[in-house]
Order: sequence, then C-alpha cells, then structure tokens
Amino acid sequence: MTELTPNSYRTGPDEKGLFGIYGGRFVAETLMPLILQLEQAYKDAKADPAFKAELNSFLEHYVGRPSPLYFAERLTEHLGGAKIYFKREDLNHTGAHKINNVMGQILLARRMGKKRIIAETGAGQHGVATATACARFGLKCVIYMGEVDIARQMPNVFRMKLLGAEVVPAKSGSRTLKDALNEALRDWVANVEDTFYCIGTVAGPAPYPEMVRDFQCIIGDETKRQMMAHEGRLPDSLVAAIGGGSNAMGLFHPFLDDRSVEIYGVEAAGLGLKTKDKHAASISGGKPGVLHGNRTYLLMDDDGQITEGHSISAGLDYPGIGPEHAWLNDIGRVTYGSATDKEALEAFKLCCALEGIIPALEPSHAIAYAMKLAPKKPKDHLMVINMSGRGDKDIFTVADHLGVKL
Amino acid sequence: MSTRISDKFAALKAEGRAALVTYVVGGDPDAATSLKIVAGLPKAGADIIELGMPFTDPMADGPAIQAGGLRALASGATMKKTLALLKAFRKGDATTPVVLMGYYNPIYVYGVEKFLKDAKAAGADGLIVVDLPPEEDDELCLPAMEAGLNFIRLATPTTDDARAPAVFRNTSGFVYYVSVLGITGTKAPDLKSVAANVKRLKGHTALPICVGFGVKTAEQARTIATHADGVVVGSALVSAVEKSLTRQGKATAATPRAVHKLVAEIAKGVRG
Repeated sequence: MTELTPNSYRTGPDEKGLFGIYGGRFVAETLMPLILQLEQAYKDAKADPAFKAELNSFLEHYVGRPSPLYFAERLTEHLGGAKIYFKREDLNHTGAHKINNVMGQILLARRMGKKRIIAETGAGQHGVATATACARFGLKCVIYMGEVDIARQMPNVFRMKLLGAEVVPAKSGSRTLKDALNEALRDWVANVEDTFYCIGTVAGPAPYPEMVRDFQCIIGDETKRQMMAHEGRLPDSLVAAIGGGSNAMGLFHPFLDDRSVEIYGVEAAGLGLKTKDKHAASISGGKPGVLHGNRTYLLMDDDGQITEGHSISAGLDYPGIGPEHAWLNDIGRVTYGSATDKEALEAFKLCCALEGIIPALEPSHAIAYAMKLAPKKPKDHLMVINMSGRGDKDIFTVADHLGVKL
Repeated sequence: MSTRISDKFAALKAEGRAALVTYVVGGDPDAATSLKIVAGLPKAGADIIELGMPFTDPMADGPAIQAGGLRALASGATMKKTLALLKAFRKGDATTPVVLMGYYNPIYVYGVEKFLKDAKAAGADGLIVVDLPPEEDDELCLPAMEAGLNFIRLATPTTDDARAPAVFRNTSGFVYYVSVLGITGTKAPDLKSVAANVKRLKGHTALPICVGFGVKTAEQARTIATHADGVVVGSALVSAVEKSLTRQGKATAATPRAVHKLVAEIAKGVRG
C-alpha cells in the first residue's frame, strides 16, 4: 500500500500529542496531571484574543519584532547561485530566536498564576532569554545548566546571574544539556505546585513540541510576508540549523503546505558522521527511542543507553531532536542534512568577512549547508537562511579553534 | 499470569503483616556482587524484590540511584545481563516475587515483544516503568498483561480522586504509592499525609498498596507498615552499596553484607 499524502502537514499533533509515531507524553505520574493542566491552559490562551494581543505587544516593543529579512548580496555573489536572504533572528533582544518562545511561555505562566520558573540551557541562550523575561515580570528564575557547559559558556552564566537568575549546575551523568533537562524535570516533580517549566525547544512531553512551535512560527509567518513584499512571491528554499529544532520549526512550519518550497534542516555532524560518537546528528546518525517525555530520533548505543552528542556548537549537541522533525523526516517533507564543525567554522568566517555579520555557531551550520546548495541553484532561486542567533557568545570557542589566545 | 505476587500478599495477610519491598540496581556495583546481593535479600527479610534496570537518564531518581545505575553501566551492565542476573537468581529461589523496574527507552530499543518474552522466561513477575503513565498504556502495559506480567503503577500525591480510576484501570499485582513530591531518596515522607493518601486510594482499588520514596529507617518503615500493605526501600540500600566500596569504587566482601544488614534492620521495623 502506498502512503497517502496528507492534505495538510500542519494539523499535528493528534489528541495523544503524536506526530505520526513521534511525540507523546512519556512522563512520571507525578507530572501527568500538570501536563494535562498545562495543555488545557495553553488551549484556552490560544483561543483568547487578549493573550495574543499582549504577546504581540511584547514581541514588538520588547523583543523588537519584526526581525528583518535581509538580502545577503555579497554572499549571494560569492556563491554564484541562489539569491540568499537571512532572517535576522540575531537582532532580537537577547540575540537569538529563543526569546520568541520564552515570551509566550512566561505570559502563559503568569496566566496560570505560577510564580517560579525553571528552565534548562545548553549554550545559555535559552537560559538568558528566560532570565530576561523573568526579570521583566519579577518572577523567580532557576536555570539548570550542565557543569561542563557552565565552564565553556561563562559569559552567558554571568548574564543570567546579572538578570537575577539562580544558575544550578547539573552534576549528574555527562553534565551537559541532556542532564540539565533531567535536573529540571527532577526539580519540577518536586515543586509541582508553584513551578512552571519553560522548555527551550520543540521537544519534551506534549504539549511542549506544539506550543514552542506555535510561539516560534512568527519567524516563518514574517518571512512569508516579507518575501512577498521583497520579491512578490514565496521563497524556493529554506535552510535552518537543528539541535532540538525550534528555530527551524518556527521557520518551516508556516511553509509546510506550500509544496513548491524546498525545506532543509541541518544537523551538527561534529567531527563527521562516520565517527561513532563525535557528532550530534540525531536523524542522520541515531534511531527512534524515548527520552525526556517524547519519542523521537536519539543518539544511543545498542542497549538503549543515551550517548553524548558532540558539536563545536554547544546549542546543537543535544542527543535528540523535536518529534515533529522526526515525523517530517520520515514522510519526506523536509530534507535533513548536516554540516561538520570544520564546515561551520568556514561558514562563520565567510559570513563575518562578506556580510559584516558575526553569526552564532548554530546558524553557521545552516550557512555551511547553503554554501553547498546555493551554487547548484539558478540565480532566480530564492533561498532563506535562518540567522537564528548572533555569535558574540561564540568568539571564545572560535578563537580557540583558530589557535588564537584572547 | 504468574501468581507469585498475589500468593505473597495472601501469605502476608495471613501472617498479619506488611511486605518489605527492596530495590537494588541490577549489576551494581558489578555483575557478580550484584547477584550475591540479590540472592541474599529474601533471607535478610525482603518479601519482594525490585530489580532496577540501569539507564543513563533516570529522570525520577535522586543522586543515590543515579550513581548506582552509572556504576552498573560502567561495569558493563546491559538489559540482557540484568535478565541473566534474574535467571541466575531464580535457580536458587522459585518463590520470591521479582519486579523489573526502570525506564522505557532500553525496553523500547530491546523490542517490547522480545523483552516481555525474555523477562517472563527469566522469571520476572511484574514491571514498573516510571515514564509510562496510563496515557501510554498501549506501549507496554497492555502487551505486558497479555504476556502474563503484572504491570505495577506508580500513584503519587498528585493522583487525585478524579485521576485515580484511570491510573488503576490497567494495573495488577500491587500499587506503588510515591510518598513524596519529588525524586527517589531525597525528601522524607510526611507520615500523616501518607496515611491519609493511602486510605483515600484504597477507596479506588482493591490491590495492595506499597509505599516508597524516601524511606530510610526501621522507624519510618514501622509507622508506614501500620497504614499500608508494604514498604519500599531503595535509595538507602543503593547508598549502602556505595558506602561499602573501596576508594577505587570496587566491591568488597562487605558489600553484600552491608546491604543485607540494612534490610534485616528495616525488616524488623516492618514486622513491628
């Protein structure tokens, strides 16, 4: 039997929180009543025009939206193919797309009367965004961050502290992002009454993958309008980097039913997909499993034990990926590729030199992929790269790789 | 369906006392020592054994059991070896109920059908899988019952009267009441609220209710045993393993003894 093409790719998840076989609500019983409560609260907020109006007002005046859709003229000339645009999420308040989702969740937490916010962070961008919104609304903020990540992202740790957050090192397991997530879940189980868990990516138990996606969809919605204004038509392709996959999902989702638009997600190939455990490409190098509340592609060994991702970018080295991405991969609507540390570093340097934009190492992976793709496309091919964050946080890492001592 | 669990509770009822349920991590600190620990539990006073299947990311467990799982994995534990441990235990003990406890991913990757078959063949009586709430019953709960294994559910302080029927619908063997809001082995249970909640949940199920999370002393066990059908001790035993190790993290002859001594002490509490 051949599988039918769905009428729309945008109707998921179903009532069980599933995208195909991915997603779901794999959490301990203590959390389950809360998850259901959150699901209802989000449903109500979504239907309330006042919630939308309040969120939009903060996105405009506090975050600084809409972010520009910028024609990267010199990169386009250099690559000699597709006409390349950057969606400038790096120009948002706090320097990345993370704040879009955080504003939504924090306003929801306020609606639910929660006074204490917890979050996990890897590179620190989601932690900084959460600490920022908590400062703005006078909420108590606790950020879990792997001990290893704390050591390699000191500037963001200091930022969070300046913003009044308590940064708690996750000392268990491999002491990186996945362990920060475990610790946040453990905190939530112990503090269910007053605490709201602000997840930073399109993963976790339902309703998080859907909710975070919805809050990030402003990226794709704006891109659509802006491209119509610039070029009078839709783009031909979209390219975005993927760790958990929130910036990518935000750009992709509004375009899923526009069948003419090619969509490319770029995972971190680290030192190469051929290395056993020196990459963070869950789709290209992992298999389906269940972790952190959802079924999705995961990096693990034959016994189902989770392994560590590696990437030059601390924001991409999560051993999983959002469940909706897993589904979009399996049905073939989105093409998932990868870029190595080395390719990302080259793209980083090229973007600095040609466009005067220091990109974060995460979108550098998207640029690296576009460097291979764009030259094969005709000059009237319109390509959008999601510039999901700025690279100030990464200058130490980059200097280190270039052998420069700061 | 194996009747070891129901037989055990029937026998204890006749004796007029609560069950002592003991949790240890399979393969902690190494396969050989772990077998010695498990094999000696019934004699030390354990009525039911929960055998932990180690997982890298145990989100409902506190530091003690996290560390125990990592020790086991570092010494080479796998799902297959945990089942082999159970099989070896069964050679010397045909009656003590054994419940395999862990997280879903290693089972999912092993293959649900194959796992149920192998677990049953190894001598397991039931399963407790922390990250499978009733909403996900199709995954493992229903197939497990089909395969003749008890699927034991966790009930928590957040399991209110509205939710309780759903939690107890597809469950058998006994109910594991999580006595605290939190992870294993951290907070001490508030004994008054435990008594009230067990009483409340008894209104929803005829199954025995065992109480765990945070039980460390004979005294706590004694009090809980007067309100519930069983007392679960886990983190305290896993900590006893840890304390008995050499500085290099190796087991000594004292390792099984340390666990069994603590079990015997708490068993005295349970027996009143």
